[in-house]
Amino acid sequence: MSRDEIRKTVEDIYVRVSNESLEKGDVLLNTLHEIQDHYNNFIPVEAAEELHDITGVPLSKIYEVLSFYTMFSTEKRGQYVIRICKSLPCHVDGGAEVVEALKEKLGIDFGETTEDGVFTLEQSSCLGLCGVSPVMMINEEAYGNLTPEKVKTIIDDVKDGKRSDVNA
Amino acid sequence: MLKPITILVSVDSNSALLGARHYKNYLSQLVKKYNLDSITDVLETGSFGNYGEGVLISILPENIHYSVKSEKDIELIVQEYLLKGRRVPSLVVEKIEKEETEEKKKNVEERVVLRNAGEIDPKNINEYIAKDGYQALAKVLNEERIEVINKVKESGLRGRGGAGFPTGMKWEFTYKVDNPEKYVICNADEGEPGTFKDRLIMEGDPHSVIEGMAIAAYAVGANKGYIYIRGEYFESISNLRKAIEQAYEYGLLGDNILDSGFNFDLSVRLGAGAYVCGEETALIESIEGKSGRPRLKPPYPPVSGLYGKPTVVNNVETYASVPPIIINGPDWFKVLGTSNSAGTKVFSLCGNLINKGIVEVKMGTTVSDLVYNFGGGIRDGKAIKMIQTGGAAGTFIKPEEMNTPLDFDSMKNYGISLGSGVILAINEDHCAVDVALNLMEFFEHESCGKCTPCREGTKVIVDILHKFSKGQGSEELFNSLYDIAETMEASAFCGLGQAVPIPLRSILDRFKDEFMAHVGVDEAPCGVCKFPKKKKKVH
Repeated sequence: MSRDEIRKTVEDIYVRVSNESLEKGDVLLNTLHEIQDHYNNFIPVEAAEELHDITGVPLSKIYEVLSFYTMFSTEKRGQYVIRICKSLPCHVDGGAEVVEALKEKLGIDFGETTEDGVFTLEQSSCLGLCGVSPVMMINEEAYGNLTPEKVKTIIDDVKDGKRSDVNA
Repeated sequence: MLKPITILVSVDSNSALLGARHYKNYLSQLVKKYNLDSITDVLETGSFGNYGEGVLISILPENIHYSVKSEKDIELIVQEYLLKGRRVPSLVVEKIEKEETEEKKKNVEERVVLRNAGEIDPKNINEYIAKDGYQALAKVLNEERIEVINKVKESGLRGRGGAGFPTGMKWEFTYKVDNPEKYVICNADEGEPGTFKDRLIMEGDPHSVIEGMAIAAYAVGANKGYIYIRGEYFESISNLRKAIEQAYEYGLLGDNILDSGFNFDLSVRLGAGAYVCGEETALIESIEGKSGRPRLKPPYPPVSGLYGKPTVVNNVETYASVPPIIINGPDWFKVLGTSNSAGTKVFSLCGNLINKGIVEVKMGTTVSDLVYNFGGGIRDGKAIKMIQTGGAAGTFIKPEEMNTPLDFDSMKNYGISLGSGVILAINEDHCAVDVALNLMEFFEHESCGKCTPCREGTKVIVDILHKFSKGQGSEELFNSLYDIAETMEASAFCGLGQAVPIPLRSILDRFKDEFMAHVGVDEAPCGVCKFPKKKKKVH
C-alpha cells in the first residue's frame, strides 16, 4: 500500500460519501465506516492522516471518535468480525453457553483475533434480533437460534466458504 | 412487466438469519436452471408476521404460504409446484382460519404502524403508493402548518421511543421558534436491549418513516432531515437508502414537493455502536461528527438542537404512526388506546417465550395477555420467574403482577414501565443475582464516561453484584446498592445514568431473599452462580 494509493482511496471515499452531505461536517462517521470496510475491518493510521488532510478535521478528534464507538477499530482485525450479543434477552435464552462454546471453538477471548487472522471475536450489546435469540453477527450477516453445536458448524462453514450469504 | 408468477421470500432480519437470503439465491438459481425466469419473479419482502422455525415464502397469485427449512424444501417447491403445478402439502403454512373462535379472537393484532410490513415489497415505492402511501403528505401540503400540528396534538400521539412525550407538543415548540433553518431527525438508533420493533418497521415499510418525517418537516418548517440508524442494522440502512432514492425520483423528496413549494432533503447517518447515542442530544452530537456524549438540557432540541438550530427528534415508530393519523383523523387513533395513551403499541416479545417476535396491539393490553395469548407462555413447560418490561432501563416484575395494563400511565399507577415495549420473560432456571449482574454490566459498558455518578456508579454496582455472585455479599452491601441508586438518580447527567436505578431497585425489591440466600453459604443456591472453592483449613 503506497501512500499515494491510500490518499486516492480515502479521497474517493470522501467524495462519494459527501454526496449524502446536507451540512458541513455531517459525514464523518459515514466516511469512517466506508474506510473501515475498504481496509478489512480497521482504519489504518495513514488513512486517518489523509482524512485529516482532506477534511481539516484534527487527527486527535478523528482518533477520539474512533476510540469512542465500539464498531471502529484502529487495530488490525480478522477477515471476519464476529459480534456476539451479551445482552439479557440472549443471556437468559442460552446465550451464556453459546459464548463459551464460541470462545472454545476459536480459542480466543473477546477482543482477540485468531492466529490465522480469519476471525476476531467481539462482544456486543443487544443487536435487535431478540426474536431469534441467542444471536451473533459475522461481518454483515446475522445468525440466530444459536446453540453451542450450531456456532461450531457455522464457524467451520464460513471458514470453508460454504455460505452464500456471508461476504468477507 | 409483471410476470405471471411471483414468489415473495420473507427476508426480514429474523428470516435472514434462518438462511432466507441463501434460500432466495438458491430459488432464483433453480428458476433460471429450469428456464422459468421469463414467467417467474423471485422477490424479497418484509416479515409476514409469524416466526416458526422456517423461512416463509408466498407464491402469488395463488397466495399459498410455504415454510422452508432446507435447500431440499426449495427443490421440492420448484419441482412440484412450479414445474408440475402441484401443491406441496407438507410445507404449506395455513393462514389464520376464517372461522375465528373466541380463543383466536383474543390474539388479533391491531396493525397501524405495521400495516404494510410483510404485505408489500419494501424496495418498491409503487407498492407503498398503492396502499395509499404519500396520500397523507399530499393532504397536509394543502393545509396550514398549525392545522397539521393540531391534528397530531388532538390524536394524543406520544413518543414511542420510551419517554412518551406528546408528539404534537414537541412539534409545536419547534414550530414556534422563529428560525429559517430547522431540522427533523429520526432516532433509529434502536439499542434498548430486547427491542427490535424499529428494525422491523424500517425493513418492512421504510416509506412510512420517510412520509412521517416529511409531514413533520412541513409542519414545523424544516427543510432538512436525518435518519440516524445504528451501524449494525445493515438491512435497515440499505432499505432506507433505497427508499429515499426512490422518493427523490418520484418528487416526494427534494425541491418543490408535489408542486407545493415545500423543499425537504433527507439523508441517512450511521451510528457506530454506542447505546448512549439513543439519547437525543448525544445522537445530535454524533451526526455532527463527534463522540456521542449528551449535552446539558435545557435548552432542549426543539429550541436548540442540531448545529444549534430548532430540531424535532422522534422515534421510528412515532413517525410511522403519523400518516394513518392524517388519513383517518385524530379521533380514529384516539379510540384505539386508553384515555392518556392513544393508539397502538408495537411490542417486542423475547426471552424464554414460546412465540418470540413482534406484535402490535392496542395501548392498555396487559402483560399477561402479551406473555400468554401472544407469546404463547414459557417454553419447555417451565414456570415463569420474572418479566422485565420496557427494556434494559425498564422494571422487573413478578408473575403475580402480570395483570397490569401497559400504557404511558402504568409507571405512575403501578410502577411498571412501558418503555420501548419490551416483554422479556425469564424462566425459573435463572438467578436474580446473575440477571442483575448481566444487566448492570450492560450499563457499565455503555456508560459514556462523561459524568462521575454514571461512570463510577455503574462500576461499583457491578463490583458489588460480582461479590454476591461469588458468595461474598452481605446485607450491608445489599443496602449500599440502594444508596448508589439514589445518588445516580439525583445526579447523573443524562437519561442513561438516571434510569439505571429503575431496573436495579425493582429487582432488589422483589428478590431480596434470593440475594440474601447467596450470603453466608459455601455453595451457590441457584445453580447459576459459581462460588470459588474454599481452601481447606490446614490442621
